[in-house]
Amino acid sequence: MNAFTQIRRNDQPIYLDYQATTPVDPRVLEAMMPYFTYKFGNAHSRSHSYGWEAEEGVEQARAQVAKLIGADEKEIIYTSGATESNNLAIKGVAEFYKDRRNHIVTTVTEHKCVLDTCRHLEQQGFTVTYLPVQKNGLVDLEQLRAAVTDKTVVVSVMAVNNEIGVIQPLAEIGKICRAKGAFFHTDAAQAAGKIPLDVEAMNIDLMSISGHKIYGPKGIGALYVRRRPRVRLVAMINGGGQERGFRSGTLPTPLCVGLGEAAEICMKEMDAEAKRLTKLRDRMLKGLEAKLPEIYVNGDLDQRIPGNLNISFAYVEGESLMMGIKGLSVSSGSACTSASLEPSYVLRALGVDEELAHTSLRIGLGRFTTEQEVDTAVDELVSHVTKLRAMSPLWEMAQEGIDIKSIEWAAH
Amino acid sequence: MTDVKLKLPIYMDNHATTPVDPRVLDAMLPYFTQVFGNAASRSHSFGWTAEKAVEAARDQVGALIGASGKEIVWTSGATESDNLAIKGAAEFLKDRGNHIITAQTEHKAVLDTCKRLEKEGFEVTYLPVGKDGRVSAESVRAAMTDKTTVVSIMLANNEIGTVNPVNEIGAVVKEKGAVFHVDAVQGAGKMTVDFHGLGVDYLSLSAHKFGGPTGVGALIVRDGAPLLADRRGGGQERYRRAGTENVAGIAGFGVAAEAAMAGLNVTALRDRLEAELRRIAPDAVVYGGAAVRLGNTTCISMPGVKAETQVMALDLAGICVSAGAACSSGKVGASAVLAAMGVPVDEAATAIRVSLGWNTAADDIERLIAAWRDLYVRVAHSDISHAQAA
Repeated sequence: MNAFTQIRRNDQPIYLDYQATTPVDPRVLEAMMPYFTYKFGNAHSRSHSYGWEAEEGVEQARAQVAKLIGADEKEIIYTSGATESNNLAIKGVAEFYKDRRNHIVTTVTEHKCVLDTCRHLEQQGFTVTYLPVQKNGLVDLEQLRAAVTDKTVVVSVMAVNNEIGVIQPLAEIGKICRAKGAFFHTDAAQAAGKIPLDVEAMNIDLMSISGHKIYGPKGIGALYVRRRPRVRLVAMINGGGQERGFRSGTLPTPLCVGLGEAAEICMKEMDAEAKRLTKLRDRMLKGLEAKLPEIYVNGDLDQRIPGNLNISFAYVEGESLMMGIKGLSVSSGSACTSASLEPSYVLRALGVDEELAHTSLRIGLGRFTTEQEVDTAVDELVSHVTKLRAMSPLWEMAQEGIDIKSIEWAAH
Repeated sequence: MTDVKLKLPIYMDNHATTPVDPRVLDAMLPYFTQVFGNAASRSHSFGWTAEKAVEAARDQVGALIGASGKEIVWTSGATESDNLAIKGAAEFLKDRGNHIITAQTEHKAVLDTCKRLEKEGFEVTYLPVGKDGRVSAESVRAAMTDKTTVVSIMLANNEIGTVNPVNEIGAVVKEKGAVFHVDAVQGAGKMTVDFHGLGVDYLSLSAHKFGGPTGVGALIVRDGAPLLADRRGGGQERYRRAGTENVAGIAGFGVAAEAAMAGLNVTALRDRLEAELRRIAPDAVVYGGAAVRLGNTTCISMPGVKAETQVMALDLAGICVSAGAACSSGKVGASAVLAAMGVPVDEAATAIRVSLGWNTAADDIERLIAAWRDLYVRVAHSDISHAQAA
């Protein structure tokens, strides 16, 4: 099989989990290949051409990443991925400025790595405010404004939620942070390359980017760190002093090059791709709504990236549904917590009741999703939801007009 | 695979990085575009296939160094591994003591981590080494106090290739009840490493030092060894290291480890190189030459000729070597390793590092010998030699 062709193998299900990870775009892999085979030098080797070529590749990619978010290339730090970027950003500034400020603001719907980092900092004596979100998944700006004090060192709000795809009002949040003198960090793992981002216009001081969410490779990410006004960080990984001392370690040249290429392709194709995916997503939602009553989209449908749907299929157990739709690869939420049978904390934060949260699927569409795949997915979902509902006594009761919440269940 | 035959310079800087073994790259390719799942995705086959690849590689890497798969924590590379081990152990054990022992000849990833810990209140002893560049178990024993919690000594040195008596040091550390970290980045894949036999608690590995890709490494953590995770998140690697696994890189690491089981058989080439160079210049010094050392490394001086001059001349002749470690961010300074061995600064400035790899051919050695001879004859025996050496 030619590694440069992107064709779904016949034995593979339809991939609809683009928020978990994306395939590497064949153009990205092509850009990476020379750095595996004949430009394999260590980018830090200063004594020969292999090193210089590698360094050139790394620096060119840095400029490509910077351009995607309106930054200067000197403001881009390579990391191993968004988890590292998020850890470095939040811990890094918190520790650097801890003598002056010890308060952090974030939201309850952040990615687990942001929440866990904040919890860790709480154990170290920092105070963290976890803002609730509204029913549509967006933060309430007035609540945010009230939460930020002159003790707040950093406000960390994700650009796009990984489960429900909603886009937070970044420019407004940036304005509030700047006015209060707090740094604004945004986890843009799900946003970069999909929606326009501009660190200047949005007053963003720190931004996390992931390679494998934008059709680049896994194992690479970036952290944008503003230079003017300067944001300072305590490094997490010491040794060698690469990346201006923020992040030591040999740079993985092919992965850096892949991230850069992925960023450039996303930037070039963003508008057209957004239109195409919006059409596909609307087609999917209309297709489902036409045949299935009582399905609910979680999260705001307008303030949302085009490639995400998160739907509750009332009266259907999510796990059973996922097991039934063998031809489709979807998830019930974040990949990181996909081993857990607990309903998503993001959906609970929206106020989705537990019963309904259990019936939810995250459907992610992306660059290689076709109209035919969407139609097949709709058919398969409709057929399985209908079948499962037909077997459900709760569904039957609901059809008869019985309010299920009013039933008093007898103990066994 | 591209089948273009390119005229490439001869690469003999394999301690900086190695070219990816074609078998490794072949194994990696499907995970980029075809079976590209997130190993943490539990609800579909893309995720399961990725997880299977990650677990298979765990066994392959484990086999190379005699550890079990579950003792392996994937990282982004050896620098992260060194940081995680030393900080993770020191922080975990800080109620028991705050003293760390390492050596002056360690890699910067270890030294800078120790310096960072000093700022946080830890005390660090940087052991000197003998004239052969090795750390002795006696010196470790003498430095140990009842406050010592962590000892970090590398297996093989990245500049001169000398191998430390890690098993003897391990026995001392164990006897004193501390934990032992070994940076085995340059040793693994080039010599036999037996994780459990060495009495080691943590071992750092890097894939790109033996035919694997950059951007992936591992920390081997003995079952039951204390470790405080640094990076928080989705609970990957049994809560020891969060972040989506670099599936393609890990798969490549596994295959590289399997290929490295066969060893790196370049000692005869290296020995011939050293013998010839010393025949050309009898006063050339091979650093660590009398010690136990890796078969692929030579650190040798060309008396009276600065390393930068040698490196540039060899580069013009189409041969890539280095004047020291790649990781010092371009600073051409005196080698801390040679300084620790008691080599005078002027002399150390004339040493180059040649490190052979899986694709080094006999002919490459002949070309290096010829280019080295040309330079030696041209520069060292001309009137400008003293100006060059100044």
